[in-house]
Amino acid sequence: MAKITYITHDNQKHEVEVQNGLTVMEGAVQNDIPGIDADCGGGMACATCHVYVKEDWFNKIPKKEDGEEDMLDMAFEPKTNSRLSCQIVVSDEIDGLEVNIPSKQA
Amino acid sequence: MIKTDALIIGAGPTGLFTAHQLKLIGLNCEVVDNLDKIGGQCIELYPDKPIYDIPAVPECTGEELTNNLINQLKPFDIKFHLNERVEEVKKENDNWLVKTNNGTSFSTPNVIIAGGVGSFEPRKFSPKECEKFENKSLFYSVKDKKIFKGKTVSIFGGGDSALDWAVELSKECSVNLIHRRDEFRGAQATIDKVHQLAKYGKINLFTQYQMASVKGDKNLESIDIKHDNNEIKNLKTDYVLGFFGLIMQLGPIVNWGLNIDKKTIEVDTEKFETNQKGIYAVGDICNYPGKLKLILSGFHEGALAARACFKLARPNEKYRFEFTTSSKTIKERLGVKGD
Repeated sequence: MAKITYITHDNQKHEVEVQNGLTVMEGAVQNDIPGIDADCGGGMACATCHVYVKEDWFNKIPKKEDGEEDMLDMAFEPKTNSRLSCQIVVSDEIDGLEVNIPSKQA
Repeated sequence: MIKTDALIIGAGPTGLFTAHQLKLIGLNCEVVDNLDKIGGQCIELYPDKPIYDIPAVPECTGEELTNNLINQLKPFDIKFHLNERVEEVKKENDNWLVKTNNGTSFSTPNVIIAGGVGSFEPRKFSPKECEKFENKSLFYSVKDKKIFKGKTVSIFGGGDSALDWAVELSKECSVNLIHRRDEFRGAQATIDKVHQLAKYGKINLFTQYQMASVKGDKNLESIDIKHDNNEIKNLKTDYVLGFFGLIMQLGPIVNWGLNIDKKTIEVDTEKFETNQKGIYAVGDICNYPGKLKLILSGFHEGALAARACFKLARPNEKYRFEFTTSSKTIKERLGVKGD
């Protein structure tokens, strides 16, 4: 289990416990966190689960694989700390992770 | 006005197999899709990605699956209306009156929504004021390249569409190519070509920049682009092109009086009918207890919805279940010889 904090665009904090092995995207969808659409269901094909990862965490979590950066080209207002939350797998190591959800996904 | 036994919205795998099932039981149908090609998400999102869970097909790509489904429809005459989006569905006597954005209209007792996650629309620039110039001097696709001749065109994006147009337009226009990072994801040959043209000053390349704002009163005059380090650059430009791929949006479906929850339509599991009689939803867009978003579920749902269509399309006939292996009627419809 890891505690993940999702911060929506209006600065509302949603703290949830997410099971190891799930993705940060699944943690959001299962807990009805607004702002993560995940249209393609985790196939890295749509860029609608885009989040900003707090700088200190960005370097700690596993790096992006090839296709993710390509997909982020499509995301709404991507920044240098952008990630697709479907590609971040939850484990004890990321306990305490904070992600910001963009104002919209498309 | 086109009269048909059933209208299918969406030409993805579920829509295609549903068409097959309708034709097999002797109903006619037409298919509408907003994309310019058949295949839905399979062709738009993952044409090259292998799929491993289609029954009896150990492995196939999105494109192969689509081609196989199209082949399976070969015996039948089915009209596809591509590049058209259904805008309106309303009741007229016992039928549904369906209108598309191209002005095509249908009258049918059965509407089957096989719309996936909605229709594919171009992703747009984030600054609000971009809307003001949309379809005037800011576009998400090129319909007539002649209008750019001799002008300055600023192209945004890092994929094949952006690169291809940058190369093409650099012959007759002044081209700015703007992308959010140094790497491009197009074909290597095109990427090389772009770098070569940039070296000779035929393309002005701006990487690690994104659109910040558009300037101009009546006509577009210039754009501000912002570097990752927050530096702002102003570029004089006549036209802007944005190529950020497509996004799926539910669109007009929300206005048809259906029970919609979290972008999916509630249906029963006998006919896959919505709360409106004669409107069905199948595939990823439908929802019921236990729903699995798998292609194989869409096939099952389409087969049952097709049978339900029979009752409304042929109220005076009784539907008789038959196997393709033994039915003479079905073999005639398929154009194969009986034994």
